Amino acid sequence: MTETMSALKTDQSGGSANEPAISMIGTRAMLFEAPGAFTLACQRRIWALMDACSERPDIAEVMPGVTNLMLIFSISPENPETVAHWLRKAWETLPEKHIKGRLFEVAVRYGGELGSDLPRVAEHCGLSPQEVITLHQAPLYTVCALGSVPGFGYLHGLDPRLETPRKSVPSLKMLAGTVTIGGPQAGISALTGPNGWNSIGFSDLVMFDPDREPPALFEVGDQIRFYAESIEV
Amino acid sequence: MITVLETGVLNSVQDAGRFGYRHLGVSTSGVMDPLALRCANSLLGNAPEAACIEVQTFPFKVRFDKAVSFVVTGGEGTITLGERVIQPWSVATAQAGDALTLDRPSVGARMYVCVCGGIDVPVVLGSRSTQLRGGFGGYLGRPLQVDDQLAGLGGCVPDGFGAVPPLRALPAAEAEEKEKTLTLRAIPATDYCLFTEEARTHFWSASWQITAQSNRLGYRLKGGALKLTHPVELRSYGVIPGIIQVPPAGEPIVQMADANTAGGYPRIATVIEADLWRLAQARIGSFVQLQCCDHAEGLQAMRNEDAYLQALQDNAALYRKSFMRREAGQAGKKS
Repeated sequence: MTETMSALKTDQSGGSANEPAISMIGTRAMLFEAPGAFTLACQRRIWALMDACSERPDIAEVMPGVTNLMLIFSISPENPETVAHWLRKAWETLPEKHIKGRLFEVAVRYGGELGSDLPRVAEHCGLSPQEVITLHQAPLYTVCALGSVPGFGYLHGLDPRLETPRKSVPSLKMLAGTVTIGGPQAGISALTGPNGWNSIGFSDLVMFDPDREPPALFEVGDQIRFYAESIEV
Repeated sequence: MITVLETGVLNSVQDAGRFGYRHLGVSTSGVMDPLALRCANSLLGNAPEAACIEVQTFPFKVRFDKAVSFVVTGGEGTITLGERVIQPWSVATAQAGDALTLDRPSVGARMYVCVCGGIDVPVVLGSRSTQLRGGFGGYLGRPLQVDDQLAGLGGCVPDGFGAVPPLRALPAAEAEEKEKTLTLRAIPATDYCLFTEEARTHFWSASWQITAQSNRLGYRLKGGALKLTHPVELRSYGVIPGIIQVPPAGEPIVQMADANTAGGYPRIATVIEADLWRLAQARIGSFVQLQCCDHAEGLQAMRNEDAYLQALQDNAALYRKSFMRREAGQAGKKS
């Protein structure tokens, strides 16, 4: 272990119960991980921290994740511990950032060929396909972060009863717009391609268009509600 | 115009990368070997981020439809302009109709065709790089094909000079001499301590082979399974090129230029920025050894690289200036 690393995180991922964990990713990036569960309150504090970091002249890009935040430096810090100290202080003092996001009502064609994993999800959860659809439509989802591929939103709000492990053999060509469940998360696929999440339906949303301004359909803080346009089980 | 006469799959237009859209899920893309691009652009007097053609499948052949100065950097292979053999890392000038051929390099994996002014494709989200997965940027958002026509932004500049390739100018990590093994310096990352002691020891001591499942997205390494002390479920976090993730099977993946912007596998270490281009030039089947390094060493390695680039830029500017002066002098004598 090096001096720098021992000054920063050396033990468990996610930190102790109350302390954030801060680590370096190479010399150019730093990762801040909030302690505790994945709640909206926690994510709102991440958004607040994101804004505060954006103000710093030494930070070129901020990338929120799920209850974590990656900073990419314009100039790598000589002493990362100074930045880590500032982050811990900001985390303790900043109020939650409430974003008044837009509400997207997303029409879903549940089941059928484009939602072919609906029976698998139902079986795994010990529910009927109709119950899966009902539970999937019930919550108001929140876009916590965008990432992985252009325009993909990490959503908060999936009913834990619908938690279904990712597939060990991914679908080779899942269409963009496919409504999915991957582990404890709900999603809408943003790119056509291989995908290990379970497809339960399809929507007509174009999640990303480089010629559109802004190019991503969703923004952090937006809210989503799914409703059934059709059901084929 | 530059017309593609012969190309394999996955050769594309790339620049220094697409920055500022990571928070929307857009990866940086850009050349795999940023040093090769920076050198070429310095030699040509281009902007540092000017776009080029990244060639990773060979042979690759283009025809210049008008006179233009160019530089080929990256791997070392046979470069011919018409019948003439061209030196890599050196400015040459093609006449209208000349064909440039790159054969598979004997050293390195990727070569860069850089032209005066850079390749002119539309700037999409602040960059000319091809975003292969998203299908935008570069030339129509896709790899190059035969008959594609690319425009350059410049003409001719003083030629006949070049750079000492970084492979010779920049010291690599000090390591035991091992045939065909590249030593990469890496800094332990977020989840380093989640791995067993045995796994950590193995990580730094093993010879990792670069598998055939290695590309612009990432390099998959083979050489043993790295075990966690206990299974973990991580929340999605930001990913940058150089980060080494370990999927459940235990064999590491080094994320590269086209890496997704977020991921969820445990991160054991990060290859330092100054060594990433060496990995980009490592060939499938070859071996790498990872060497533990700290923040200060990582910064020093970057400073060495910056100093090399600065010296190259200064020398190229000086050469161009004296060349212009000579030309002006000769023109004066003739009249």
